[in-house]
Parts: sequence; C-alpha cells; structure tokens
Amino acid sequence: MQSNTESTLPTEPENLPETNAKKHKSPLQLAFQRFIKNKLAVISVFVLLLIIITCTAAPLFTDQDPVATDLFQIEKSPTDEHILGTNGQGQDNFARLLYGGRISLIVGFSAMFFTLAIGVLLGSIAGYYGGKVDSVIMRAADIMLMLPFLVLVLTIMAIIGEVTIGLFVTIIAITSWPNLTRIIRATYLSLREQEFVLGARAIGASDLRIILKHFIPNAIGPIIVNATLMMATYIIVESGLSFIGFGIPQPTPTWGNMISEAQNIRILRDHPEAWIPPGVAILVTVLAINFIGDGLRDAFDPKSNRR
Amino acid sequence: MALEQQLTNNETSQLHNQNQGNEILVEAKNIKKYFPIKGGILKHTVGHVKAVDDVSLSIKQGETLGLVGESGSGKSTLGRVILRLLEPTEGEIIFDKEDISHLSNRKLRNYRKNMQIVFQDPFASLNSKMSVGELIEEPLLVQSSATKPERKQKCIDLLEKVGLRASDRTKYPHEFSGGQRQRISIARALALNPKFIICDEPVSALDVSIQAQVLNLMADLQDEFNLTYLFIAHDLSVVKHISDRVAVMYLGRIAEIAPKKPLYDNPLHPYTKALLSSVPSTDVKHRREKIHLTGDLPSPADPPSGCAFRTRCIHAHEKCALERPELTDMGDGHYVACHLYDQGR
Repeated sequence: MQSNTESTLPTEPENLPETNAKKHKSPLQLAFQRFIKNKLAVISVFVLLLIIITCTAAPLFTDQDPVATDLFQIEKSPTDEHILGTNGQGQDNFARLLYGGRISLIVGFSAMFFTLAIGVLLGSIAGYYGGKVDSVIMRAADIMLMLPFLVLVLTIMAIIGEVTIGLFVTIIAITSWPNLTRIIRATYLSLREQEFVLGARAIGASDLRIILKHFIPNAIGPIIVNATLMMATYIIVESGLSFIGFGIPQPTPTWGNMISEAQNIRILRDHPEAWIPPGVAILVTVLAINFIGDGLRDAFDPKSNRR
Repeated sequence: MALEQQLTNNETSQLHNQNQGNEILVEAKNIKKYFPIKGGILKHTVGHVKAVDDVSLSIKQGETLGLVGESGSGKSTLGRVILRLLEPTEGEIIFDKEDISHLSNRKLRNYRKNMQIVFQDPFASLNSKMSVGELIEEPLLVQSSATKPERKQKCIDLLEKVGLRASDRTKYPHEFSGGQRQRISIARALALNPKFIICDEPVSALDVSIQAQVLNLMADLQDEFNLTYLFIAHDLSVVKHISDRVAVMYLGRIAEIAPKKPLYDNPLHPYTKALLSSVPSTDVKHRREKIHLTGDLPSPADPPSGCAFRTRCIHAHEKCALERPELTDMGDGHYVACHLYDQGR
C-alpha cells in the first residue's frame, strides 16, 4: 500500500532501523528521571522519610509514655531516663517529640488529601463544565477566600469546643480548598481548548473518562506540586494554632503543643532542650517538603527556569 | 511543485472513486453557527460572530469534498458542527439518512463510530500522556466490546496500515515527528471503521514532502475502506489532488461549489478566481493573470450587507450591496453564489 509512495519520496526517519530496544518512557517516568537528578530534592526525600520512619517507629526509640504524667519529675533537665528532660506535667519530652511528630505528620498528610479530594472534585466540575456550575463554585471559593483564615478557624473551633484530630483536619480542609480548586480549574480551562479533548469527544468518550484520562493526567504536575507545598503549610498551621491554644488539645502531643509550652519564660530560658527540638523538627520537615515541592515543579515543567 | 509531481500517481485511483456510489452520506442543510459576543458590565450578548452563515452542502458516499477558504472563513467550524462537536445555531445535519442535529449526546455516541475527525495540529491533537497504543485503542475501548488482545491486534494492524511499526505501540507521542503523529491520528480515526472522516487541515502543519506522503496515505485508505472525506484546507493545490468536488467558503458562506475539474479550469466566482490566480504554476503557457485581493477579510461579527465578498470584489455593483446572492446551478453540478451570473435566470 505504501510501495508506490516510497519509491518516489525521501523516506521519513520513521523507517530507520531501531538500534536498541530500549523501554519507552512515559512523560511521568521522564519527570521522575528529572526529579532524581535534583540533589536537594532527593536529599529532602530521604530526610522526610527518616523523620516519618522515626516517628512511626517511636516505641523502638523510647520506652517512655508521651502522655503519662509524673508529678515528681516536673521540668527536669535531661537525664539518662529522660533524654530531653520533662515538661510541666512531668511528661517525657523525647517521647512527646516522637509521638508528636506522628500527629503533626498525620495532620499534614490527611489535611492535604482531604483538600486534594475537595479541590480535584470541585475544580474538575467547575473547569470541565463551566457555565453556571463554574460560577457557583468559584463564587463560593471567593467567599471562602474573603474570610480571614485565622478568624474563621478560631470561630469554628470556639463553637465546636472539643477538637479532635479528625475534626481539626476537616476544619483545615474546608477552609483551604479554594486555592487548589482555583489552580485545577485554571489548568482545566487551558486544557479544554486543546484539540485532543475535542478528539476524545469525537470518539464518544464520556465526561468522566475525559476528566479521568485526559484532564487529570495533564494537570497532574500542578496538582502534585501544590498539594506538596500545601502539606508544608498545614504542618505550620497546626503548630501555629497549637501555639495559641486552638490546636489539638493537650495531653495529645504535637510539635505545636510542645512549643506552646515554651510560652512560659522559665522554660524558654532554663530548658532550651524542651522547645528547640520540636522547633527544629518543624523547620526541617517543612523545609524538606518545600524542597521536594520545588523539585517536583522543575521535574513536571522542564521549561521552568533553574537557578 | 514537488508536491504536484508526487501526487500524480494517485490520480488514477482518485478517478475510479468518483464513479462509485451516488448515495448521499452527509447532508448539511442551512447550517448556521453564531458565537455570541458578550460585553458590558452584565456580560449580555452584544452581537454575534457569524462563523457559519447559512451553509448547505451534501457529500456522497465514497467521495471527497474539498473545503477551501482563508483563515476565519468558518471552514473548521462547519466541520465541527457537522460532527456535532459544536452545536449548530440553526440548521439540520443528516447523516446516513438520519437527522442527527437534535440527538442528545448519549444517542450521538452511537453515531460517533461512523464519523471521525483528523485535526490540523498533530502536536495538540494527541494526548501526550498516553502511549500510542492507548491512543489508538481508546476509541475501541469506548465504543466496542473488543477484548484487550483484540484491541492490541487491531492497533498493530492499524499502525502497519498507516506506515508505522508494531513496536511503536509502546512509544509516546513526543517520540514522533509531525508526519508520524499525523499518521497516529489517522490510525486513531480509522480504529472504529468509520464511514466518514473530516480532515481538518490534516497536512497544513507538515513539511511539503511529508504532506504528499500523508495525502497519498489518505487516498489509499479511502480506496481500501471506501471512506468519505470532507477535506478542509486553505491550500487549493492540496485540495485539488484529493478532492472530487470542491467548495469555496468566504466569511461563513459558500461562494462556489463544483466538481474539481470545472472549478479549477473554469472558476466562476471572482473570489475563486483570485484564489486560483495565487497558486504558483510551473506551466508558463497556462500562467494565469494574478488577481490581487486588497483589504482584509471583513469581521464575521459585522459582515458586509448583501454579498459578503463585495468589499474586495473588482466586479461589485449596487445589487451586491443590497441582496445576498444565492447559490445558483450553472449546470453540471457547478453552483455559484454571485450576482454576475444572474442574467441567465
């Protein structure tokens, strides 16, 4: 069928023999390849993994109970038994650091996934269907963004009273979905005009299929990058709210709770071992997540400028 | 010029196509597509872009209708309206004796098997996150109950049909050149064995030598599968070789529609004449006098009264501003919409 054309035409490079049968890489695999070339991001991945593993396997590193109080051991300096001393309730600071990390990371991760779920759902609906649905969702997002985050969270917490981890995560998610929703919607709006989407409609693909197979894979870069950076923000939010006493209530240990104990000037001055470690833990975790986020951004968008 | 030589060996296969089948497969009746222009504080409609303004045409089974016009003449919009990828503002689309202009999206899915589209830009029309195999098999996955091995086999067959290799199945679009990508698009369009394919400037983004290859491939596939094409292009020389009949569009309206030979040998509409005079020719004896069109295409939001072409037409007279010319049969299927040919009526 091709024979008559090939005799008269210069052949396209497609007819060159294939030299090696190497595996063909998908764009996602190529992005991963670019990511692992970024040293800072890879180191950050290892640091974050180290933190996650240490916190998850906390019982392996300490025998102390993070919530057990010992009134004979209040505000003690480090000893062999209490590596980082004890706090005002006589709880072991080192155990609280490890177990608190669990809570802080769980809050960060689950708030991120929750926000991601809301953001992808609403962003997809708004960006794909447009029109009135889009207007309604975006106006709701505008109203949400208009309300000052801190005041809103404090009000909700004050009304609810008893704050559990699940509730805390829910509150964060429902107050901070608008940003991600907007990003996803904006990405969809540019994708919607591309011909391959029209092509998918031309073969009779359903809306759900077009969203799952054509929109989300093409928007995955911005989604992952923003979700990662969001997680870092949520860890800080948790610490911040705990510091002013509106976070996850005592005696549950979190990094934020530990720092808030240092509001006491005596502890601040005499017991740096009680508040420096959780501070450093927050700093290192957030920094690592941000570096990973930056690495992902560069990996997904090779055109972005590297300094 | 190289293109013309390369294409001549396909002329013969084109000819026998012309003779087969007289059944009308696709018919568009008085299609209008107006895009609203929103303005003002309240985003109300302040006007309409008349992308397609009352166009009727029919395409016979097995034939290729070329559709030419400059940028903004509404040819791509017309193609998309015929496939119901855009909703027509007015008019009827009849496909295989069935009115599809009011079908719901759900019912339309069944018709999508029979009509496909190949887009202009091979870099934008393939989802870069899907492998070639996924791209070509997607129509089968959506429309048929073919099993995975069946789909794979079909994909390999199609790849070989369009001149690619079976091993290309696992590759991704970014590993291919423009011409190869266009072949992938064609394979994807063919996957469901459609009757009708709209080719929306499928070669205008390609290099000239590759244009010829792709055009020949499309002509070969037409013979093999008895396909019907609506071939949209802005280049008359491309259309000349693949079409049986040619329609010339100007500002959302059809200026002239005729079988290929009379249109190229004896164009009637002043716009067609101007277009043809701009095609470079190697034949010194038959070199046409150049007609230079002055001015730009008027805005389709505010088209001239009467004949849309009158603002650039050297033969324009009073009637052209007053009355919109209708497509008139000049014999042998040659239709023209121009007041210059009114005397005969």
